[in-house]
Amino acid sequence: MTLALPAAPAPPVRRQILVATSLGCMAGTMLIGGMLGIWMTLRGRVVDGGDRFPENYTIAEVASNVMLMTIGALLVFVQWAVYSAKRGDRVNFGIAQAVTVILGVAFINAQAFVYTQMGMPIAEGAYAGLFYAITGTIIALVVVGIVFSSVAAFRYLGGRTFDTELVSASALYWYFLAVAFAAVWFFVYVTK
Amino acid sequence: MTTIDTSPPATTPVSAEMAPSDPTPTALTAVGAWVTSSDHKRIGRLWIGGGLLGTVAAAANGAVIGLERIYSGVGTMVVPSAAVPQFIQSFRFLMILAAVLPLLIGLALAVVPLQLGARAAAFPRLALGGFWAWAVGVVMLMVALFNGGRIGGADTDMVGLHLLAHAMIAMGVLAAAASIATSVLTTRAPGMTMRRVPMFAWSALVASLGLIVALPVMIGAVIYLFIDVRYGIGTFGGSEGIGNWIGWAFGQPLTFLFALPALGVFAELVPVTFRTRQALRGVVYAGLGLVGIAALAGVTQQSIFSVLLAPEEGSAGTAEVANELIPFAIFNLLPILGAVIVLALGALTAKPTKGVSTSPKITAAFLFSFFGLGMVLVGMLGNAVHAIEDLGLRGTVFEEGALVYVVYGGVLGALGGIAHWAPKLWGRKMPEKKIIPLALTGVLGTILASLPLYAAGFSDQPAGQVMISLSSAESALNTAVLAGHALMLLTVLAFVALALSTFTGDGVPAGDDPWEAHTIEWSTSSPAPGNNFPAVAMITSAEPMLDLQAATNGSPS
Repeated sequence: MTLALPAAPAPPVRRQILVATSLGCMAGTMLIGGMLGIWMTLRGRVVDGGDRFPENYTIAEVASNVMLMTIGALLVFVQWAVYSAKRGDRVNFGIAQAVTVILGVAFINAQAFVYTQMGMPIAEGAYAGLFYAITGTIIALVVVGIVFSSVAAFRYLGGRTFDTELVSASALYWYFLAVAFAAVWFFVYVTK
Repeated sequence: MTTIDTSPPATTPVSAEMAPSDPTPTALTAVGAWVTSSDHKRIGRLWIGGGLLGTVAAAANGAVIGLERIYSGVGTMVVPSAAVPQFIQSFRFLMILAAVLPLLIGLALAVVPLQLGARAAAFPRLALGGFWAWAVGVVMLMVALFNGGRIGGADTDMVGLHLLAHAMIAMGVLAAAASIATSVLTTRAPGMTMRRVPMFAWSALVASLGLIVALPVMIGAVIYLFIDVRYGIGTFGGSEGIGNWIGWAFGQPLTFLFALPALGVFAELVPVTFRTRQALRGVVYAGLGLVGIAALAGVTQQSIFSVLLAPEEGSAGTAEVANELIPFAIFNLLPILGAVIVLALGALTAKPTKGVSTSPKITAAFLFSFFGLGMVLVGMLGNAVHAIEDLGLRGTVFEEGALVYVVYGGVLGALGGIAHWAPKLWGRKMPEKKIIPLALTGVLGTILASLPLYAAGFSDQPAGQVMISLSSAESALNTAVLAGHALMLLTVLAFVALALSTFTGDGVPAGDDPWEAHTIEWSTSSPAPGNNFPAVAMITSAEPMLDLQAATNGSPS
């Protein structure tokens, strides 16, 4: 015999994408945090041995500072996109998301410039391996952000204007990325 | 926010796979429906199938190592001596990555959305993609291990493949964990607050969050290692350094986290078995949460501790001892406390209440889960003992004993869960009379495969070696280990055979609630339909079905 439970009213709106993005951001924080932990451990060994870190190369600091500013500015545009999406303003939303994606690409461009200026082969030594690993991971995370924002933009501009959760989730992801890059910028580009 | 998945609507079939337009599907479409399914029950069964296969492979691998250990002649017995390190490493990877982890993830994916009263899991395709990433990753790992890519291997390409496999497996597991955690956080039925979440779902949430916290740290280390190995830099020690930098992910205490849902199965089954309400429900949640603290060992990348009970004078200051003791206590002793709490409150729940005469209904599932918890607990205790430096167990097979206890304990818990929820997964009960002996052989196999390793550890048998000279007593211990793995192998094979026979139609169809269980999944039909529940139900307590039974029968439970 099947026992029947009382029926429930229609459930409230779920926020699965936002919750899942939060979990993704948590995972990303642990990824970058773990990598920075290893970075600092190995850096400590090199410095204790009386060497400089990086050994023979100079980082293009202007470009790295511009990267931080770029990702900071990008946050303004993702928030603008969220605001516009919630007001149903497709034009402003489109502009804000387009600028977000462009700034994401500009960030990658600046990172490529840093690589070019340093001219450091990846097999050069301890520093090179660590540097390319952690900055490469940040680039991969930025690419994910660009794809995330693009998908949110296509869905919204394609007619799903009632569904702003994806836009908010993409904004949350960029906030995480800004904090993650700020940490990398401080430990890799500033304190080295 | 308490929410439930509202799509698809209750009145229409969920998808083509659940209501196929073609009444006579071909083998190809059937396979296609399985490999591309968005039904969480099917995805869970894929993970479970992979996990059972992995358990069989792990037990066979353990038996091979056991056979080599008891062969005291020159050279090796069944595998070339050059392949012995591969077998030793693949044993650990199979036990953790291919056995306990996929089994419990699969069980959680299949059952948790049902327990939550949800019509679907959150992000089922993510979980499915995770399964394929995991499966491909495990195959890649084995290919790499046996072709020169083991830890310390000389083939750079294969070592790179080995590292890539770890990253793929971790990402697959992360995808499934994200699906499970999001399901618990967002798809609960109306009225199901977090304090009303079933114990198994809670343990799955804690384990998933722990995995989401711990595994990315491993992926980060793998990225560094890959570049280090690929470009021959050597900062991390090349292929030899893999164990140093990511070894924490394949040993205790992180394995406690992997086995945590097995404890949840036990906590779920105690009140059902003893036909009563769970005593001190919140404390059981806390106990399961304490086991999840083992994730911190991953976060801090610490797994090896050296605790001195009686420090020699001048060897270490009080501060240094405390520095080692505090993380050891947090990562190792708190999980033990958590498991003890779960066990103790299980005993409290089982204690007869004055004036209420209810006879317990001991099932095979309960026996599996009880033995599973016991084995995991013994493994946890062994790991705590292993860290005490004064005992000199470091570098011996003692640690392998703890690993086998935890992993096989987790496997037993998973088998219990499969037996319990089989009616919801494929509509038929597994034959109790046939699987109760399997619970007994399973626990016997676990004890034989691990307890002698504890004893051998005390007699300083080195870990990671097989070509060693053994005394007759030590040979007997290793023979017992071989017998244990062989017994576990047979147990799992017999369990799979019974599961397949009921899955393919043998036996009597189970009723909707064959166990008189307490949670919402037992309110739907067996097997659960594609969209789980015909209508959204209101949850008014932690044991809605028990309330309903009490109201129907007029009993005062």
